[in-house]
Amino acid sequence: MEKSDSSKNTYWKKNLQYLGVLLCVWFVVSYGCGILFVEQLDTIRIGGFKLGFWFAQQGSIYVFVILIFVYVYLMNRLDNKHGAEKD
Amino acid sequence: MDIQTWTYTLVGITFAIYIGIAIWSRASTTSEFYVAGSKVHPLANGLATAADWMSAASFISMAGLISFQGRDGSVYLMGWTGGYVLLALLLAPYLRKFGKFTVPDFVGDRYYSQTARMVAVVCAIFVSFTYVAGQMRGVGIVFSRFLEVEITTGVIIGMGIVFFYAVLGGMKGITYTQVAQYCVLIFAYLVPAIFISIIMTGNPIPQLGFGSELIDEPGTYLLDKLDGLNESLGFSAYTDGNKGMIDMLFITAALMVGTAGLPHVIVRFFTVPKVRDARRSAGYALFFIAILYTTAPAVAAFARTNMIQSLSEKPYSEAPDWFKNWESTGLIVFEDKNGDGLIQYLQDPNKNELSIDRDIMVLANPEIANLPNWVIGLVAAGGLAAALSTAAGLLLVISTSIAHDLLKKTIMTDISEKGELRAARIAAGCAVVVAGYFGINPPGFVAEVVAFAFGLAAASFFPAIIMGIFSKRMNKEGAISGMITGIIFTASYIVYFKFINPTSNTVDHWLFGISPEGIGTLGMLLNFVVAFTVCKFTKEPPEEIVELVENIRTPN
Repeated sequence: MEKSDSSKNTYWKKNLQYLGVLLCVWFVVSYGCGILFVEQLDTIRIGGFKLGFWFAQQGSIYVFVILIFVYVYLMNRLDNKHGAEKD
Repeated sequence: MDIQTWTYTLVGITFAIYIGIAIWSRASTTSEFYVAGSKVHPLANGLATAADWMSAASFISMAGLISFQGRDGSVYLMGWTGGYVLLALLLAPYLRKFGKFTVPDFVGDRYYSQTARMVAVVCAIFVSFTYVAGQMRGVGIVFSRFLEVEITTGVIIGMGIVFFYAVLGGMKGITYTQVAQYCVLIFAYLVPAIFISIIMTGNPIPQLGFGSELIDEPGTYLLDKLDGLNESLGFSAYTDGNKGMIDMLFITAALMVGTAGLPHVIVRFFTVPKVRDARRSAGYALFFIAILYTTAPAVAAFARTNMIQSLSEKPYSEAPDWFKNWESTGLIVFEDKNGDGLIQYLQDPNKNELSIDRDIMVLANPEIANLPNWVIGLVAAGGLAAALSTAAGLLLVISTSIAHDLLKKTIMTDISEKGELRAARIAAGCAVVVAGYFGINPPGFVAEVVAFAFGLAAASFFPAIIMGIFSKRMNKEGAISGMITGIIFTASYIVYFKFINPTSNTVDHWLFGISPEGIGTLGMLLNFVVAFTVCKFTKEPPEEIVELVENIRTPN
């Protein structure tokens, strides 16, 4: 189905917004918590883990997986709103 | 049953499964050969991508690498998973919408230029060969240790298997074999990890186990114990790092961006039916990868603790069986420098008497922890699955690049569908033979050139594709000059420090303290800067290219 230019524009802008927010989180959990602020975070302990070490070797990876599924959810919703075919 | 029988049985069964799948999923068109007819279910593609991505290096070497580097090893964990976020958000959906067969296809069409296509083809082939040589070597090592055949024989058997299903089934055969290989490799990785976690901490989940208290010493956390062991031997504490912060940032970024730019990973997202499937299957892929990648640091910590406790300051004459077994492969070397008959494992290279290859941390782990024989056989089958699945994916990229990008799109544009399919099969066959040759006679620099693969992917493909999707203004002049700048800069830096002047490969000589492993990030930034500058002063891309970009941005 043919869509108007303005609908395409809002779709793309919304997509870029989602990307911006999700990539910020991506940056913060890996580069931020895993590398830049590791010393501060390491003063906090959860069980046997120093928090900064945990983020670098475990936490960041869990967040990555969640980020992708959040994006999948948001974009499927956006696709449906903009009349993309469902199957 | 003894180890040998178990290994032969398990490896035999898995090989029979791979061959069965290959016969069942023969490819009959070029579309099936290149992208499995774009009919792969996103879940199956997620599994296949995970196996495609996790190579002999991930399965055999990564835990060992982390084991020896401690916190510094985190760059591999974050780098090789974080790239999937970029892939899922910035590349996969749009490339799927574009809907051709290869990465050079996209680069060539989007930048309306055969030159751009050729640059991409050369990079794709170089990156893939670099990688595949390492996989074949991995196959050889597993065969020689566990099945006690010559490395050469091992490589030839591995070549035969890959030849069979890659040449016959193309992407279709590879996809479904990779699904099976994922199941084998993840089972083989988790079983010993869970066993060891229970033995050492009582917690069956390794991800939690390595943050738990030790069973032998209640009240002491495993990681604290390991920090103490490391420090007492002169190493820095396990949970502290040695690498500079800038270098950590650049290496992590180069690995992430490189991962997202590797052609054999990208091409997997051409195999699903729709755009939304591409996003979803990237999520599945990372989930399946994360299972292994979150287990690896636990294995690393367990193995190092075990290794130090069972060897350090112990008499050589009473060394455990596994020590003797692996000594004969040359992967463990003991030299009694002070002649006291005890094994000294120390940071100080003048006093250290023990050198251990990092691969042992996974391969010998079940023996170190005294696990049953079938577990040891399982690890062999898993290592082979990891190496073969990645090798097949890479070989397909090589054969597609030759048959499709080089022949069909450049040299013999009038080649028939049948002729192209035959060419693709012949190219795949030749690529297997060349890869096998490198597996048997590895160039001494295999490990060194891995930095190359990621650096080049980061400095060439990633920026070119990103700009092709997110900038309508980017033209061929900008993209080509950007790619060439990125490649030349990155390649010269790596060649200089790894080959021309390896003695100066230290932090004092590095540009801004960035090691050759991390230089791809700077290459990528240069690529962006040059591309946008050149683009500003050259003519806009034609109208139909702007429409193409519009088109790939909308899912239907």
